[in-house]
Amino acid sequence: MLPLQPQDIQTHIDRLAGQDLYLHLELTTGAYASHLDSTRPSASAFITNAAVRYTNGSISGTGPYRVGLKTEQGWVYAEGLTHVDENDTERLILAGHDSQGKLIVALQLSRERF
Amino acid sequence: MNTIQAEHQRILVVFPHPDDEAFAAAGTLAMYIEGGAQVTYACLTLGEMGRNMGIPPFANRVTLPTIRKEELADSCLAIGIQDLRMLGFHDKMIEFEDQQLLDSLILKLLKELTPSLVITFYPGYSVHPDHDATGAAVTRTVGRLPAAERPLVHCVAFASNHEQMIGKADVKLDVTAFLTKKMASIRAHRSQFQAAELVGNRELTDEEIRNRFGTEQFWTYRFD
Repeated sequence: MLPLQPQDIQTHIDRLAGQDLYLHLELTTGAYASHLDSTRPSASAFITNAAVRYTNGSISGTGPYRVGLKTEQGWVYAEGLTHVDENDTERLILAGHDSQGKLIVALQLSRERF
Repeated sequence: MNTIQAEHQRILVVFPHPDDEAFAAAGTLAMYIEGGAQVTYACLTLGEMGRNMGIPPFANRVTLPTIRKEELADSCLAIGIQDLRMLGFHDKMIEFEDQQLLDSLILKLLKELTPSLVITFYPGYSVHPDHDATGAAVTRTVGRLPAAERPLVHCVAFASNHEQMIGKADVKLDVTAFLTKKMASIRAHRSQFQAAELVGNRELTDEEIRNRFGTEQFWTYRFD
């Protein structure tokens, strides 16, 4: 994973627009959040291999970044994105890491199932 | 300090995540294996929903399962575990799995291996929902066996209230003689161990390692 360059991500988002894709979207504090600090509730959500097709999308912000994808019926949104899998040229694998390096958010798009 | 030692020749370990074996029981398992025990580790998931991706991050949601599979195999090698079974369940989802499916797989292992000792998490006192659900499946399945056929079940517990609820551990093991193997097992989990709450990012002194990792403890599960 490397710190993401927004212009590269925008190119990738544009390339995947208008196609039937699989989405993995996740936000997580981790299951240990409230165990390690009782003032922090554990909260997580993920959806994996959701079928999605977006008409247009963009990356925004100065880092950490936000991504919004406009679908035919609604929106996909993620905030806190910092890293990209630079080796994956087909799929778009984005993640956001906290100051300790832990994953807090993931947004992934692929033509094939994850 | 050691509060057991019954002989155990066949041991079944059931945990949900690669690295559970390293932190919870690596020293104990290395000790039994040195005494001639055959250990089977049934690891329910690949920990593919873990948040630690290495420091700096080298893994992601897509690559993590493959990376953790290799780490798990290396950890088992470090401990000396002879038989690793990866059961293929999805990380974080054990509590939502089909209980009959889970129980039937555990029963199959119990029948095949006839272990005298089973090591798992204490249901309800093990923090992560996967830990609790794994311990629940194991104790439920062992509890259904006729009393004479039940192996001993040693559970790991670490929820903040656990001692109030289940008392102090009845099995306490000094594993300092096996710390080289235990630390090799922990460090085999390259994407995980540098996390601050686990080992951290700096070299620990021998004394710190002894204090933090030199003791392992278990609660014998009561079926009555």
